[in-house]
Order: sequence, then structure tokens, then C-alpha cells
Amino acid sequence: MDTRVEDGVVPTVRKARIPSAWRRLLSLSPINRRRWRNFKANKRGYWSLRIFLALFAVTLFAEFISNDRPIIAYYKGEVLFPVLVDYPESKFGGFLAVTDYKDKLILEEIKEHGWAIWPPIGYSYNSINFDYPRIKNPTGQCLGFPGPPSWATNAELCEAPQDQLDRYHALGNRNWLGTDDQGRDVLARLIYGFRISVLFGLLLTIFSSIIGVTAGAVQGYFGGRVDLIFQRFLEIWSSIPSLFVLIIISSVLIPGFWTLLIVLLLFHWVYLVGVVRAEFLRGRNFEYVTAARALGLSDTRIMFKHLLPNAVVATLTFLPFKLSGSITALTALDFLGLGLPPGSPSLGELLAQGKANLQAPWLGLAAFISIAGLLTLLIFIGEAVRDALDPRKTFQ
Amino acid sequence: MTNRLVDVRNLSVEFRSSGNLLQAVKGVSFHIDDGEIVALVGESGSGKTVSALSILKLLPYPAAHHPTGEIHFGGQDLLKAPPAAMQEIRGEKISIIFQEPMTSLNPLHTILKQVGEVMKVHHGLDDNTVREAVLELLRKVGLVDPEKRLNAYPYQLSGGQRQRVMIAMALANKPDLLIADEPTTALDVTIQAQILELLKNLQRETGMSMLLITHDLGVVRKMADRVYVMNAGEIVEEGKTADIFDRPQHAYTRHLLSAEPRGAPPSTDANAPVVLETENLKVWFPIRKGLLRKTVDYVKAVDGLSLKLRAGETLGVVGESGSGKTTLGLALLRLVSSQGPIAYIGKRIDGLTSRAMRPLRKEMQVVFQDPYGSLSPRLSVGQIIEEGLQIQSPSMDFDERRARVGAALKEVGLDADGQDRYPHEFSGGQRQRIAIARAMVLEPKFVLLDEPTSALDMSVQAQIVDLLRDLQRRHGLAYLFISHDLKVVRALSNYTVVLKNGRVVEEGSTEEVFANPREPYTRALLAAALDMAVVDRTAVAT
Repeated sequence: MDTRVEDGVVPTVRKARIPSAWRRLLSLSPINRRRWRNFKANKRGYWSLRIFLALFAVTLFAEFISNDRPIIAYYKGEVLFPVLVDYPESKFGGFLAVTDYKDKLILEEIKEHGWAIWPPIGYSYNSINFDYPRIKNPTGQCLGFPGPPSWATNAELCEAPQDQLDRYHALGNRNWLGTDDQGRDVLARLIYGFRISVLFGLLLTIFSSIIGVTAGAVQGYFGGRVDLIFQRFLEIWSSIPSLFVLIIISSVLIPGFWTLLIVLLLFHWVYLVGVVRAEFLRGRNFEYVTAARALGLSDTRIMFKHLLPNAVVATLTFLPFKLSGSITALTALDFLGLGLPPGSPSLGELLAQGKANLQAPWLGLAAFISIAGLLTLLIFIGEAVRDALDPRKTFQ
Repeated sequence: MTNRLVDVRNLSVEFRSSGNLLQAVKGVSFHIDDGEIVALVGESGSGKTVSALSILKLLPYPAAHHPTGEIHFGGQDLLKAPPAAMQEIRGEKISIIFQEPMTSLNPLHTILKQVGEVMKVHHGLDDNTVREAVLELLRKVGLVDPEKRLNAYPYQLSGGQRQRVMIAMALANKPDLLIADEPTTALDVTIQAQILELLKNLQRETGMSMLLITHDLGVVRKMADRVYVMNAGEIVEEGKTADIFDRPQHAYTRHLLSAEPRGAPPSTDANAPVVLETENLKVWFPIRKGLLRKTVDYVKAVDGLSLKLRAGETLGVVGESGSGKTTLGLALLRLVSSQGPIAYIGKRIDGLTSRAMRPLRKEMQVVFQDPYGSLSPRLSVGQIIEEGLQIQSPSMDFDERRARVGAALKEVGLDADGQDRYPHEFSGGQRQRIAIARAMVLEPKFVLLDEPTSALDMSVQAQIVDLLRDLQRRHGLAYLFISHDLKVVRALSNYTVVLKNGRVVEEGSTEEVFANPREPYTRALLAAALDMAVVDRTAVAT
């Protein structure tokens, strides 16, 4: 009945669109335009996407926002870009291979012979705040790291030279969210940690989707024995307890960004296979697929051009959820200490620190709020995507 | 004067979807008297189904709503009736049968449960009484062996049997009105004739009224007492069936009546080169059983079939569904594996690999039945048509392909600018033209036409038949025309082959087969297709 009602809607004459190969590539098809409209109509999801993209864009340029070296410096008639270039310290009269711009002598040297523009947050994820004067507890003892954010405590500072206190109080050197147990700035670690989590999640999602979709496509398109054998393999593979395997692997391999990605990929690619396989099994008997075979199209081409678009909707619906799943996986491994190498900025590691230092609640809270916020945004986006791609949604 | 059972006055239906307002029905009035068969006739999209569904309030509310109108039935206005009252009426006083018997039965319930449910809901009968009543009903609708079928699931029944079960369900509570929405469109012609006969007999026996919705004027002429002709949401003409057919007043009615596929195929040259030839062709699908998947038997879809097709000539293949027509076509195109020699212009193609077949695909094309399923909804019309060119003539650049696609669209009677639009923007007939353009753009020599008209409206069918004949004359094409619709076959084919269970039961020139059918099976097919009559029940499926 639907199609017949639709039939009446079809305008028999319509002005032709401007023909252009480019336009066709760039323009959204009507159905996708409708989906985009539906997505935007979901205010919560749309705003989540905007906030997420804004945060992601900002953290992509983390080096320019939070760093322990100036963005631009002018020294003895020369314009320098310390953010981008590692200048040896000999340039400023020192002796280290890489300049420590936080060093008292270097700071004075630059001030004397020029100027420097610093990022708003004067720390990188691994820079230790040596200027931290320590605070006194009620009994008058001087406490070490982790140090609370200065705005959150009214405890007295321990004694320190005046120039150190001046630097500590400078606006660009504040630890807005305090420091962790090694004196590193929590906010800087959050910014870098957010970036590495999202990038890791995106890469894991993209790679596992590529593998999963390919495997599902092959299985669904050829069916029969290929399908049968592969399906059994998947059943065995997906019943391996992945966490234990990860623990074993991480004791053999040195964990790094890429080794972790590959190891997690081993277990993450299976989730999309079923969906794509089902779509291909359904789609391979469509008449337009038979028509394409009659036109002489090769199997690969049919799979890409005619069947894959059918599977894309199902895949897209899963992507935001997969992204949040990947981020959670990385965070969990970091929390357990099996993840990224020590010293890397990571949300899970911060969470573990918060657990170990219950007397320093700013650690746990900062990690919890940022992880929860990130995952919430992704789930909201995912819901909106799912609803926008739901064909039954159009009636409302 | 007879009693008015249903009186529909000034009914309008509007659909709202994402801001668009679509007026499907614009102020129609019609009535159905006691014991009368009334037909609502019109093409797809004319609003006939929507009007009929309004009576039972089965439209997708609140997307649909009625700006104006009253529907009087049994002393109340159904449009204002509360949901509880509607539930009393549905299935009890007014029931409905739908077009598609495949999807209108729940695949997870047995026949007994589905038919019995209606009685239980409305009368609260106990299991034994229900069982007896269901048996009685199934016997009445002519289901063979009703005792055995009681615990059968819908997939175990054929299309015609399912439609009989649907009718049994609709009649379970002896309704006053039966709405039949295209009850036979999805069925084979032979079964259509049987179902129509059954409906007519049941109506005469029970004295109920019937509202018949159809696009097929043949069905109307056979069944209806009175006819309403609908076009674009309005009733343009009404009258007694005989009057409408003999003296149509409105231009649209005349257009509908003249829309039967007519004409004869172009004459052929007996010395024209043979394009396609096959001998003793077999397509057997193995049935495997047991742990080791040993082949125990075969489904013989095509079983030892020989044919010869010359350039410029059309070979019609007719038969009921399941007779192997489509499998034969796919085997000839080498899209399913088969045994037996197939020769294309003197060259054996049955052993070729798919890579070796590719250059030949250019010359052997196919047009499918369902213009909705055969075009990918995600590609523009231009992309769909140029696809073959991209494979077969990879050297062609973008502008050249565009020009070729435009020319192909013009050839099938569409606007060349249409190539930047998407299939869903076209009507069924236009889509079928696009599918034909996709085949024609490669300049084939042989085209397989797999029921290209059976999903289309009657008037559109005639246009497509004219188009196909025109293309054949211009390009000297050889057609293999597969159809169960013998009217179209008569208009298009030079030779006709009648298939039954994968074997040829009769063949000869079309005139000969139509004038002097030798086999009872052919006679039954012809009677069903041309007169909608049932002859020789034993020869055809039920």
C-alpha cells in the first residue's frame, strides 16, 4: 500500500538539476538529507555532536593550548617556534640538547633579549611543576604531591624563594585542576588524555569496521560453505576471554599505542560481522543485484556498489556505540596498568591515581567527570544517529 | 428499495508526512447495498485502497486523517466511533482480505489457530467447537484435505491455498460486508479464476455484500454489480457494470477500457540467424540429506528443454508459477548453473567462465518483473544505466556516457534530464522504462523479459508492450518473453512454449497455440487468462 500511495506523490515533471559530476559527488541524496534533518531535529544528539566535535578539535591542537614551551618566541632578532621545533639549549646559552623553557635562566635570557608568547596552560602532559611550593596541613607539616588546585584550598603555602612564588602565582602557570602524584598538571593530562582516547577509539573503530564489514560481506555474499565455516570460527573466536589474553599478551609484548591497538583489534572486529553478513544475505537476492550480474559486473564491484550501501546504515548505527566501547576498553586497560606505557597521558591511569589517592579527590573527580562526559556525549550521538537512520521514524 | 449497508458521504483522506500534506482522497461518496458486489476501480495511487481502509479505520492514524466525511454503517458514523466499537465491527460485521497472501498470514501460527482466533475473540467458543467450525469453513472455501491442513503452517501452503485460508478467516464470523483489496493480483491466472469463482459462490450463498478493489477490469466485469471508477482521489464515474463497459461516459473510464495490451508481434524472417539455441537443457537443484549431505534427489526446475530463437523474433514462455520459467531464463543467461549445450550465435557459452562471459553480457540483457526491486534505490537513474557501459566500454569518458544514457532514456520515452533523479521519484511504469533503458544502452542482440508487465497497471502494461515491440522492430532484437499473462504474450510473441513442471507441454506459433490448444493444461491456462473461467480442475494447481 505504501508504494501505491507514494506513487501518487511523484511529481511527473520537475526541473532538471544542473548536471555535473562534482555536484553528484558532493550533494546528499534526498534520503540522506532527510536523515540529516532527522538527526538535527534531535536536539540532544545534535548538541552532543557539536560539543564533542568542538572538544575534539580543540584537543587535536593540544600542543598549542597546553604546553611547557612558548608558541612563538623572539630572541636576539630571530623569530622562533618552540612548539614546532626542538631548539638546542645552546641557542640560549645553556647546555642541554633540548631547551627547558621553564628553567629560570632560560626564562630570564629570553625576557632580556626578546619576548615569548605562552599557551594558556603552561604545562605539557609530562611536565612537572617544580615551582610548586608545597602546602601546609593543619599541623604545619609541608605536604608533597598530589597538590590541590589553588582555588580549592585555603591552606598556607610553605616557605619558598620569592621568584619561585611569583612564577607559581603567574596566571599561565596555575594548576587549574591540581597536580597528580608526580607533580604533573591534571588539566594538561586530561586534554592530552582525551585526545589519545578519542584517537585510539576512532582508529580502533575504523580498523575493526573495515575488517568486520569485509568479513561479513564475504560471508554473506558467498554464503554456503564459506559462511558455515567462518561462522563456526567466529563462534570460537568470540568466546575467548579477551581480557585474560590481553593480560598474557601485555606481559610478552611491550605495550604501546600501536601494539595495544592491534591486540584490541583482534577481539573487536567480530562485532560488526553478524550485522553486515545478515544485510548481504538479504541483499544478494535482490533483483537489482541479479541485474548487475547480467550486466557483467564482477563480484567485488557488486559487493561495493550495490550491497555495501545497504549494510552501511546498519554499520553506521553501531559506530558511535563502538567508539564509546573502544574508549572504555582502553580506559579499563589503563586503569589496570596493562595499557599505554607509563607516563602517557591517559584517562584510565588518572582514574587509577584517584583510586590510590583518596585524600586527593580532584584526581578521581576530574577523571570521572571527563570519562563520564565523553561517554555520555557519544551515547547521545549514537541514539540520535540510530533514530535518524530508522526508516520507521518518518511517520512521526 | 434495498437496504443501504454502508453509506460513505463526502469522504476525504489526508496524509501528513514531515510537513508535506498529501490529499489521497478528495470528497468521495459511495454506498453498498445489501447483497451487492460493488467494485472500486482505478490505477495505482488513485485512492481506492485508502478509501476502503477508511471504512475499517485501518489507516496509519494520526499521520492520516479525515478533514470531511461520514461513513454510516448500522446506524452509526464509523469515523466518529470509539476504538472499542470499531473492534466489535472489525472481523465481525466487516472483514477484509488483502492482496498479498504471503504476508497476511502469521508464519508462526497454524491454520487452525489463525482462523480459530477470530471466532474465539468475538464469540468465546471452546476449542472443540472452534475446530469443527474451522473445518467447516475450510471445506467451504474449497481447501483440499482440510483435516490435514489444520495443523499446517502458512509456508506449507501454496499462494492460492493461502488466499483460501485468508477468505476463510474473513468469513469466519459471517460478516455483512467483505472488503476484498486486490484479492487476486498476486496470484497466477489459473488460481485467480478459481478464487474469483469461489468468492462469487460464497457471496451468493451467504448473501453478504462485497466491496471489491481492483485495477483489473476483467475482474470487475466478471464479478461486480455496480462499479465506481476512481482517478486521482475522486470518483469520476459510477453505474451498473454493464452500462460502464458498454457506454463509458467519462474520458478516464474510456482510457481504462482501451488500455488492454493489443496488437500483434511483427512478422519474422524464417531465415534470420539463430541468436540463441539450447538443447535438452537441465537445471537440477540437488536435495541433500543426512550428515554427509549426500544428494538423495533433485528438484528439477528445468528438465530437458530445447528451444531456438532467431533475430527479430519473440519466443513466449508461459506457465504457472513454479513451472521453471524464470529459472530457464536465468540459465540461458548463465546466471544459474545448468547442464546441456547453450549456443549464442553459433558459439557454445555453457562452459565459459564468468570472466569469459563478461564481453557477451553486453549483448544478452535482461528486464525483470518488479520495477521497484530491480533498480538500486541508492543510485541515481544515470548511475544505474551507465553501470553496464562502465564495465563494457571502459574507455568511454563521462560526457560520452552521459550522452549515451540520455539517448537511451529518450529511446524508452523518458526525459534525458531524468538521469540525475532517483528511482523513487518515478512511477512504476517509468521505472520499468528505466530498467529497459539499462538493458538497451548496451545495444544488446538478445533480451530476456522476465514478466516485465505483471507488476504494472493495466494501462501502463499496454504502453510497455508497445515500447518493447517498437524497440524490437528498430533494433532487430530477439526476445525471450516470460509471462503468465497470456494477453500480453499474444500481443508480443511469435512462438509460444507452454511449460509445466520444467517440461514443455505444448509449443507452436502463438496463433496456433491460442486458437487450437491441444493440451488440457494449455486450455485451462487460456480460459483462466482470457475469460477468467475455470475449466478442467485436474490440469492445474490449486
